[in-house]
Amino acid sequence: MTVASTRPPVRPPRGDGALAALFVAPAMLGFLVFLLWPTLRGVYLSFTRFNLLTPAEWVGLDNYVRMVNDPIFWDSLTVTVEYVAINIAVQTVAALAIAVLLQRLTQSAVLRGIVLTPYLMSNVVAGIVWLWILDTQLGIGNEIVAGLGFDRIPFLADETWAIPTIALINVWRHVGYTALLLFAGLQAIPNDMYEAAKVDGASEGRMFWRITMPLLRPVLAVVLIMTVIGSFQVFDTVAVTTSGGPANATNVLQFYIYGSAFGRFQFGYASAMSVALLVVLSAITFLQYRLTRAGHTDLG
Amino acid sequence: MRIRTVVALTGALALSLATGCAQGGAAGSSADTVTYWLWDANQQPAYQACAKDFERENPGLTVKITQLGWDDYWTKLTAGFIAGTQPDVFTDHIQKFGQFADLKVLEPLDDLGIDDSTYQPGLAANWMGQDGHRYGAPKDWDTVALFYNRKLTTAAGLTAAQLNDLSWNPKDGGTFEKAIAHLTVDKNGKRGDEAGFDKNNVKVYGLATNGGGDGDGQTQWSTFAASAGWTYTNEKRWGTEYQYDSKTFQSVIKWYFGLAKKGYMVPFTDYNSQSNQANTQIASGKAATAFDGAWMISSYAGFKNLDMATAVTPAGPTGKRATMMNGLADSITKDAHNMAGAKKWVAYLASAKCQQTVGSYGIVFPATPDGTKAAVAAYEKKGIDVSAFTRPVAGEKAGGKEFATFSYPITNYAADVYALMHPAMQDIFGNGRSVTSLDRTNSQINLILDQ
Repeated sequence: MTVASTRPPVRPPRGDGALAALFVAPAMLGFLVFLLWPTLRGVYLSFTRFNLLTPAEWVGLDNYVRMVNDPIFWDSLTVTVEYVAINIAVQTVAALAIAVLLQRLTQSAVLRGIVLTPYLMSNVVAGIVWLWILDTQLGIGNEIVAGLGFDRIPFLADETWAIPTIALINVWRHVGYTALLLFAGLQAIPNDMYEAAKVDGASEGRMFWRITMPLLRPVLAVVLIMTVIGSFQVFDTVAVTTSGGPANATNVLQFYIYGSAFGRFQFGYASAMSVALLVVLSAITFLQYRLTRAGHTDLG
Repeated sequence: MRIRTVVALTGALALSLATGCAQGGAAGSSADTVTYWLWDANQQPAYQACAKDFERENPGLTVKITQLGWDDYWTKLTAGFIAGTQPDVFTDHIQKFGQFADLKVLEPLDDLGIDDSTYQPGLAANWMGQDGHRYGAPKDWDTVALFYNRKLTTAAGLTAAQLNDLSWNPKDGGTFEKAIAHLTVDKNGKRGDEAGFDKNNVKVYGLATNGGGDGDGQTQWSTFAASAGWTYTNEKRWGTEYQYDSKTFQSVIKWYFGLAKKGYMVPFTDYNSQSNQANTQIASGKAATAFDGAWMISSYAGFKNLDMATAVTPAGPTGKRATMMNGLADSITKDAHNMAGAKKWVAYLASAKCQQTVGSYGIVFPATPDGTKAAVAAYEKKGIDVSAFTRPVAGEKAGGKEFATFSYPITNYAADVYALMHPAMQDIFGNGRSVTSLDRTNSQINLILDQ
């Protein structure tokens, strides 16, 4: 028994319960209308054949059977995982490096602002800008590549290059934001730990691996969970730059779901794939949470 | 007391939002307004002029025109059908028609008294559903021709007469392939038909590309496939089987995409539907010629410092020159808020008077012969020769000895066909996959059509 548990519970002042409920009500209403209801309806629709304009027709597990036998679905899942892997790996390492540099080398708010600049741009705008920069014939990026004496690179038109390119465009846009989240985590690490380590003669590298990384773990874990979920939902950059091409090489799952629903009016099948994505994401999030012990901190 | 005030305020806000939404929900429709959507901003002034005349002839009726970009257009229309905020009348595309007919969101237009013979051949008939009802009133038409940069063709010693007399075949490409090979120049100044030509370092390509061309190849391979005698489906309209597995078709595709392998056509990797279409390749001087549609005439004519001209499509193994002739139509939505007004407006849009007005703007070829004449005159006034687009239509009418026009494939499940053919053609063009891979794609498509 700890001391805290023997204390009498603090009661909120009388009458505040109703006010609290009122303040929570709009958010709760939003949650019910825009999250819970669409989710439940999506799950229901995944068992139907539905084209939006005529009533949904119950087809049982047909959509799921089709999904399991659909090679394009599996291709899309593979492409998505490839994208997520590149995006997360590059983004996390780069963001961590930027955050540590920001913390250890500078306190400049201007630099922090500059790091965040790409994040202020919408994904669509970032996609269009990079589409032009990387255009094989006309892009300034390829002019530089050609100027350096290399062959022009079809960044978005070649199946080998397309997914890494899209992943790097998104890294460029999000890395500043991720770095700032990690930077906030770094700020929470007491400075005297570094000072004590320095007195003991620890190098910067040693301090990074022995102090920064262990103490940053909870923040890093949450950031990883958020970026993995966000990465699995990549859509706008693909829609703007490649539209899923060339030859389905960038047909990420979200794009395939969108095309099935709004292009082919197969809302039942699209719902089934969305449910599959929900299950995959839930499983990954749960695993990540457990493996990274995101709820625990090593700080005393 | 305080809580009651908050509740009252929240209630008032919710009510005002709800009523506000309700007012906006009917997309601005009322008994005296007809809402009309189109996607081409260039055409809006012409239709605005039609609307002005229509309103004068029909006192009390107002036409509210909304223009949306191509992609947003179809998404918003779909959303509109669900939410009940769809327009009364909208510009319809043959590619989407089958699906809309299947979803039963279009109003039959049989009582408008549309007479097929009033319009250019084939335009009105394309809008008849499988149930025998009409769902679109003919609006305009377009064909495909070869745009060329006159400076580059002259430098290559090719005359307008030669370019209008090209022929091709899938074996050696004929005079067409010779011409585009000769127009191709590598970074050392060697032409495509000269010894020592470096196909990997091309400065100017003979032919621009518009990508793989999905299932229709309108501005890519359709002119070649059709002039080789191939047709998309087993029937002229509402076919039940596609024919992408035909040996003729596959030999055409192999030859056509092979032009890029030889270095004569812009490769797939240089194409981008958003940033680098055929017209951009021409404008940037990277290509000498491009197959493109009549809807692009003003764009090509507007290129600064470029002297553009057009030639008819090359004659194929059938001995004829072929071009897709596509036409748009105006359709009325089944739950139109102002059905009576919508029918009046569509009848007016399809009338000789409105088509003449639209033609006089020189932006598009209206569906009636007189409207077409007005458009040709308007283009001439601007100094643009459009005969490469009109000759196939006139030629077909006169007996079709030299020209054959054909329509977009009209079948059910067009969106599914697109979803399968789009990556399949990219795979062949971009990744060099064998044309025989189309056998499997074709079976998948026919299986869907067989449902």
